[in-house]
Amino acid sequence: MPTVTLTVNGRSVTADVDSRTLLVQMLRETLHLTGTHVGCDTSQCGACVVHVDGKAVKSCTTLAVQCDGASVVTIEGLAQDGKLHPMQEAFREHHGLQCGFCTPGMIMSAVDIVNRKGIVDEATIREELEGNICRCTGYHNIVRAVEAGAKAMVSGTPVRQAAE
Amino acid sequence: MYPFKYQKAATVRGAVSLLKKAEEPKLLAGGHTLLPTMKQRLASPKTLIDLSAAGLSGIEQKGRSIVIGAMTTHAEVANSPVVQQAIPALAKLAGHIGDPQVRHRGTIGGSVANNDPAADYPAALMALGAVVHTSKRKIPAEEFFAGMFSTALDEDEIITKVAFPIPSKAAYVKFPNPASRYAIVGVFVAKKGSNVRVAVTGAGSNGVFRHEAMEQALAKRFNPKSLEGIATPAADMNGDIHASADYRAHLVGVIARRAVAAATA
Repeated sequence: MPTVTLTVNGRSVTADVDSRTLLVQMLRETLHLTGTHVGCDTSQCGACVVHVDGKAVKSCTTLAVQCDGASVVTIEGLAQDGKLHPMQEAFREHHGLQCGFCTPGMIMSAVDIVNRKGIVDEATIREELEGNICRCTGYHNIVRAVEAGAKAMVSGTPVRQAAE
Repeated sequence: MYPFKYQKAATVRGAVSLLKKAEEPKLLAGGHTLLPTMKQRLASPKTLIDLSAAGLSGIEQKGRSIVIGAMTTHAEVANSPVVQQAIPALAKLAGHIGDPQVRHRGTIGGSVANNDPAADYPAALMALGAVVHTSKRKIPAEEFFAGMFSTALDEDEIITKVAFPIPSKAAYVKFPNPASRYAIVGVFVAKKGSNVRVAVTGAGSNGVFRHEAMEQALAKRFNPKSLEGIATPAADMNGDIHASADYRAHLVGVIARRAVAAATA
């Protein structure tokens, strides 16, 4: 059985996994990081999005063995010292979720968009979110949350203060 | 997912030797077609040979060509200043494959080797007159694509890079399936000197093809109006739940005119 070593949310982890183990399975079943969700399992819905070496990827379409040596950030790795990440705070402030199933993937994609593009307008956000599906169809507030989260991430001003 | 053996190649030569020795092998590039296909059991290789460490990614300009390593991702091509400057149509094409997460993993070599009849890259290779470099030889795009999901590659042959001659004018316009972003019809037009090529993906019943009637008309005058009245036979088109053959035949004309307009804008 191959041995895979990853840095997950800043912590080094080593596990023996089957070759066929998907990254999302290793995260959820081996490491018990169940914030990353499996929606469609066909790389369309984006509920499983995590960052691998700083880039958003669909962890249901990536083998754990392909990531050996990589640094992985999941939704659990965003909050620091008990304080929500600005993008998480923006989703809470703007009610960017309904059932919440797509939310971890939405937030990981949103952070990736800002990392790549900085502050983005509504049209860009909608285009960039095409790999994330919300079956509650709550896109309007999600887009508003990403807009606010982007501003907070770039300016360093907390979302609530910026909203007031 | 069913069990299989996974091997990582450190060099192209190592990958070729693994391909020859392994039991029912498949090469793993970005995995964004292969892994979903394996989940559905549409493919069931017993061994996967990962090319990610074989030193096959990178983009460079060599003389009058842009050379892209086989493991270069769609996002890397889309964001490359070299590609954006020399062949902006190619950067734009790469930036509209799938979605951002898919573009972070999917590779040009994987896409070209798979030759999906609705993939974008085959149209670029055909229209730009690209040459596919492999572990054995150099294959011109026209000889490389051999019908749906089929290529000229031998069982033990690996794509190493793709060289695109720089055109004077080019554009790619895609009418995407709204769910998958695959091309229902995609047309890549390229002009280099007096030579014009028009390549169509997504539409043909046998994969990517060159539209010779359009090429001849555009060689005389490179203008969308030159394409008026040029019919595309529906008998050669693919028809499915997304679009009938007649609809695709009509769309080829519409999208080709838009592509020429974009190339001359």
